[in-house]
Amino acid sequence: MIDSVSVATTFRKTLGEKGIIFMPISEAIQEHPELVRKYLGTIVPTKDNFYAALNSAVFSDGSFCYIPKGVRCPMELSTYFRINEGGTGQFERTLVVADKGSYVSYLEGCTAPSRDENQLHAAVVELVAMDDAEIKYSTVQNWYPGNAEGKGGVYNFVTKRGLCENNAKISWTQVETGSAVTWKYPSCILKGNNSIGEFYSIAVTNNYQQADTGTKMIHLGKSTKSTIISKGISAGHSQNSYRGLVQISSRAENARNFSQCDSLLMGNKCGAHTFPYIEVKNKSAQIEHEATTSKIGEEQLFYCNQRGIDTEKAIALIVNGFSKEVLNKLPMEFAVEAQKLLEISLEGSVG
Amino acid sequence: MLKIENLHASIDDKSILKGLNLEVKAGEVHAIMGPNGAGKSTLANIIAGKEDYDVTAGNIELNGEDINELAPEERAHNGVFLSFQYPVEIPGVSVTNFIKTAINETRKAKGLDDMPAKDMLKMIREKSELLEIDRKFLSRSLNEGFSGGEKKRNEIFQMAMLEPKLAILDETDSGLDIDALRIVANGVNKLKSKDNAVIVITHYQRLLDYIVPDFVHVLHDGKIVKSGDASLALELEAKGYDWIKQELV
Repeated sequence: MIDSVSVATTFRKTLGEKGIIFMPISEAIQEHPELVRKYLGTIVPTKDNFYAALNSAVFSDGSFCYIPKGVRCPMELSTYFRINEGGTGQFERTLVVADKGSYVSYLEGCTAPSRDENQLHAAVVELVAMDDAEIKYSTVQNWYPGNAEGKGGVYNFVTKRGLCENNAKISWTQVETGSAVTWKYPSCILKGNNSIGEFYSIAVTNNYQQADTGTKMIHLGKSTKSTIISKGISAGHSQNSYRGLVQISSRAENARNFSQCDSLLMGNKCGAHTFPYIEVKNKSAQIEHEATTSKIGEEQLFYCNQRGIDTEKAIALIVNGFSKEVLNKLPMEFAVEAQKLLEISLEGSVG
Repeated sequence: MLKIENLHASIDDKSILKGLNLEVKAGEVHAIMGPNGAGKSTLANIIAGKEDYDVTAGNIELNGEDINELAPEERAHNGVFLSFQYPVEIPGVSVTNFIKTAINETRKAKGLDDMPAKDMLKMIREKSELLEIDRKFLSRSLNEGFSGGEKKRNEIFQMAMLEPKLAILDETDSGLDIDALRIVANGVNKLKSKDNAVIVITHYQRLLDYIVPDFVHVLHDGKIVKSGDASLALELEAKGYDWIKQELV
């Protein structure tokens, strides 16, 4: 979407032959009203939170994707959002429904050019993975983060949630490098038995950016599993927080969760915070949580310099080593772009 | 190879080196000894190019070229290696990945292509055996959780891989037990040739039993106040640094 109006989405005909529907939500409402009506607002209801309500009232467009039973979507579906006009809000609504036994990998890229005033991005993404289905949802976000003094930048308040039925799997993978303020907690409701939720995230903040991001894994069914790997990199005067919830309900037998939250601080003026919430109401649950904090300062950079590695290359080496685990989860083209984006967003961050 | 003339240096307006002179030729091993605070580590870091220090007078020449304006990585490309007294940790970067990057960046600076993977693996195997480093170590994050001795052995492993022209060992013996000392000294001795030079900075005679110096210098109050051969170190061991201070009065 550019300025809240959809730009052509890709390969509609090839997908049509498999029965895959992938079109702007505005068109989907016209052409497949029964499908849209069945699922829209079921995962993120209008009353969920202020920004979801705002989005529900004013969303202008977004994407709708439906994968029929047993179909493996042959290509990665991608959409690309861009905010151009100053002082506006952008409200997209995305709904992805994977019917029984189907698979889709969906990529979302977000960018906005620099502007002095702040712009609002309040999107809602709903994912439905029916029995035995799998949805991979990857995002690379580079909204304008504000200038070096913290003026301007996009406010990124997004509600993303997925529902898994029996044996279904939803993976959220995100690389967040932009926006002045980010509130974002892609979540999974593990309703079905044996369902799996995954969250892989790299969030970078520099200058005066603030990010408060994480996930909620709600375990309801039996033998559900969730994996959370969150990497936060803070530089400049920024603040980067991980806020995550692992909730095991009383009827969720044999639930398992593994969470790893790592923070990398670049320089002395930034902050990294971790707020892991764990609520367990069933004795059979197995929860593991690991957290590390490390710092890259002048000593590390001098060490690299002394071995013949210049500062720019040293930062790239260190950041890449830190983020590898998450970058490996991204589809290849995205991974390369994301790596470059990481390096660019950290330019000039130490010293 | 290295020529330092009348070097004055300070940090945060505090004067540390006050007219230091030193000449090191290819094929030589020089030991620099002195009491705490004399300026030994300062000298090592200044030769390596650490920016915290201000060189207020004098010059440093490496193979006839003034290196005072060169960045630390440029000095490394010209063959300077510093084995740090307190090697830092670099989480997420494996020992192998780090040394590979270091070698290839240096090759790039000289207009060469990356070292072929096969040759790199062979070299890593050879040098890790020389320093008796377990293969498992190589995939660990650089220096993370390493003991003091393991860190120092890893420093000399990097030295073996990078094959520098001028190696400065800053208190490499501190924190080493007898076996680690033997391994490290053995590694350094194997790397010695008529084309490179080593400066060993140490408090104690012990390391110099293994890495026998051609010249010993005593650094006191920012200057080299006495030079001699290997026997000078033995005399210092017997008489202590006070002897030197008295001699100067």
